[in-house]
Amino acid sequence: MTCLDGTCSVRRQLWETEMRNLRQLNNPYGEDKVIAACSIFGAMDTSGRRFAGKDVIRAIANMHVRGNGLGGGLTAYGIYPDYAEFYAFHVMFDSCKGKEATEAFLNSSFKVMKSEEVPTQPHPAITSPPLVWRYFVEVNPDQCASVSADDYVVSAVMKINTGIEDSFVFSSGKNMGVFKGVGYPEEIAHYFCLEDAYKGYCWTAHGRFPTNSRGWWGGAHPFSILDWTVVHNGEISSYGINRRYLEQFGYQCTLETDTEVVAYAVDLLMRRHNLPLEIMAKVLAPPLWEQIERMPAEEREFVRALRQVYGSLVLNGPFAVVIAHEGEIIGLTDRIRLRPLTVGEKGDMVYLSSEESAIRLISPELDRAWSPMGGEPVVARIKPGRRASRNRSSELVKA
Amino acid sequence: MKTFMPSKFVVLRDKDRCIGCKVCVNQCPFDTHYYDAEDDEVRSREQNCVGCHRCVTFCPTQALTISRNPLDYRENFNWRSENIEDIFRQAESGGMLLTGMGNDKGQKIYWDHLVLNASQVTNPSIDPLREPMELRTYLGRKPDKLEVSGSGLKTKMPPQVPIEVPVMFAAMSYGAISINVHESLARAAAEAGTLWNTGEGGLHPKLYKYGKNTTVQVASGRFGVNPEYLNVARVVEIKIGQGAKPGIGGHLPGEKVSAEVSETRMIPQGTDALSPAPQHDIYSIEDLAQLVYALKEATNYTKPISVKIAAVHNSAAIASGMVRAGADIIVLDGVRGATGAAPKVIRDNVGIPIELALASVDTRLRQEGIRQHASLVVSGGIRNSGDIVKAIALGADAVYVGTAALVALGCHVCQQCHTGKCAWGIATTDLRLTKRINPEIGAQRLVNLLRGWSLEIKDMLGGMGVNAIESLRGNRLHLRGVGLTDTELRVLGVKMAGE
Repeated sequence: MTCLDGTCSVRRQLWETEMRNLRQLNNPYGEDKVIAACSIFGAMDTSGRRFAGKDVIRAIANMHVRGNGLGGGLTAYGIYPDYAEFYAFHVMFDSCKGKEATEAFLNSSFKVMKSEEVPTQPHPAITSPPLVWRYFVEVNPDQCASVSADDYVVSAVMKINTGIEDSFVFSSGKNMGVFKGVGYPEEIAHYFCLEDAYKGYCWTAHGRFPTNSRGWWGGAHPFSILDWTVVHNGEISSYGINRRYLEQFGYQCTLETDTEVVAYAVDLLMRRHNLPLEIMAKVLAPPLWEQIERMPAEEREFVRALRQVYGSLVLNGPFAVVIAHEGEIIGLTDRIRLRPLTVGEKGDMVYLSSEESAIRLISPELDRAWSPMGGEPVVARIKPGRRASRNRSSELVKA
Repeated sequence: MKTFMPSKFVVLRDKDRCIGCKVCVNQCPFDTHYYDAEDDEVRSREQNCVGCHRCVTFCPTQALTISRNPLDYRENFNWRSENIEDIFRQAESGGMLLTGMGNDKGQKIYWDHLVLNASQVTNPSIDPLREPMELRTYLGRKPDKLEVSGSGLKTKMPPQVPIEVPVMFAAMSYGAISINVHESLARAAAEAGTLWNTGEGGLHPKLYKYGKNTTVQVASGRFGVNPEYLNVARVVEIKIGQGAKPGIGGHLPGEKVSAEVSETRMIPQGTDALSPAPQHDIYSIEDLAQLVYALKEATNYTKPISVKIAAVHNSAAIASGMVRAGADIIVLDGVRGATGAAPKVIRDNVGIPIELALASVDTRLRQEGIRQHASLVVSGGIRNSGDIVKAIALGADAVYVGTAALVALGCHVCQQCHTGKCAWGIATTDLRLTKRINPEIGAQRLVNLLRGWSLEIKDMLGGMGVNAIESLRGNRLHLRGVGLTDTELRVLGVKMAGE
């Protein structure tokens, strides 16, 4: 935040005077959290080979009845190899005014290398969509002397989302993008031409069944900050305290969806506190105290300390999530497994899905398929030496 | 001087049932019942009755009924009987009015205006009979983050104290209550996996073996404080104030300082034990930091240091200072907190309700980003497991119960603790009375209470769809208010029911 002081006082004034209330858009009844039941799907080629989206779309479409057409979306990793070193902002606009303000902000905060509308094609079910544009930007080192480039980007995303009228950032990571909106996921995928136009080494997808009526494009999954994305099925009963804990670390939970706290919790634990993925999973879905007491001494001290320090981040209540970022994908359920998650493996491919049928549809002859235990994280990584990997070491591990 | 005080109670003795066994005569330390040898009849001096029901409980033929004296003054909203009689007593004694137990006035009890959530449809409730349900809580300072090196833990954790149920026994000193009550509390805490608190009168050597489940107090009189006392304990608590008498000290009369009390308090037998109003080495927050660190040094940084204050108007700012002064646990005692003896006017008029103090302290510490640096424990009028769950949802790590524990041992809340004549053998050092508490049975009653509450807390947690208490702690979205003003809802940080 400090690095922006003085550089764009006009923008600051804009945020202060025109702070818009996202809750009015996403959560018109002011509920504590938006409750949703859902389908989730993830697929990664651990060899780093990039593949088109059509199989993933068929798989998520197979779980059509788990959604109700009020939200669908996909993430693809590895889709912008020509711009891999730039932060790719996917931004939706409800008005030209919003677009102008956001572009002015982006131009003053970053070096914008390329900007274009995200290509779309008509779909009968998609009515009155917002504008969705993408911007490939570079952080100007002069503008963020005191914070990391990632922190600078996070702060810019927060400012657009909470301060600029009619604008919302879908995703802001490198070499990846989130495509989402109001509709069934297969309709949204068609609208954004995801069947063939993009190739990624990792995809996640989500079909949503929100119980509040008003759909808003920004409220669909996946939720994202930097290149972290989360798709989530469930209701987080610990939302109230997860949120209050994260607020202590400067996160503003503007959307009041419980999925948002998952994204911020992951960001806090892995990016800011440098905890490895498996450790992060133990924070979100910790072992029982009686299991901890039976662990070998060193591990016991460690896991006990994790629960003591991060108890307020335990995700309690039914959930299954697929979390991804560069080169890594993780599937996790709550510790008593109140939401479904199935894992499938075929050669280099790893699939995570709410239902096994969706995996079998696109890969009938799996080498292995299993349902992880409650709270047991399933992690897949790009194998070492492959293109998308950066110091990622192990193969698929059942942690 | 002829007293104008009327009897508070009438004693009805059913002549057909009374067998003249004199159990009531022997049981009543207030000399309400007496045997008239001339008439061979048991009679009553009703003006002495305090309504403790000891005689009713022990009468073998159920011949006794105690009811309120139906004496009615002329109706007057301003001059209620209590106001009139307080003046009678002061006009006759010329002193401060003393009382025992907690504030008995009709001020708003916020627990009764808060309701809890439960899961329906979108989220399954969890059945604690079939699924794990965790109540364990660790008290103590937590770091902001953990650092790992390789697969191991790099951060050194400050001392953490586990309690298996988020309820501890509040500070009640030996002298104010009997050694048998102390032993009952200590044994129950050990069996239930929680902590009891010595209060400010030291720890009798025979209870040192319960040290792992003991919080020892260091109060303004420094009674019984020595290196062994500090080191035998699990937690050391600095007592700044208590909810029943914020801002004033205490006075244990010399006649209560028996040989054993004298040994435990480390003062001469028969001398008055005077607790000054402030700790005379703490006149400021930096002085508190010195005592906190002196105690940490004395215990080699192996124990959390707790600081207890009465909930007063600016508790939030004070609590923030306490955390920054090194307190690992903060205890807030609300206006309904009880006492062995306090001036009535102080008990009933000084301090603020614990619900509001808790909400504002938790909020303030979170705003400052230091909530995790200290555990938050509240006390003062916690009556049942519903109150406990609401306190945790408002932001407490655990609660202290004092009166509720004594009620489990037989206390009937007759508010005569300050007389030293407790008929139930609790708030007394009179050996004839203290033997009425059998520590083995007392511990069993306390363990039963904690077990019953644990089952109820687990059921409420499961209903809300969470299976670990840390997911409820500070989770105010599981609370809604009924019958509260906007300002009350704002301070409590909860929404109106229906919102």
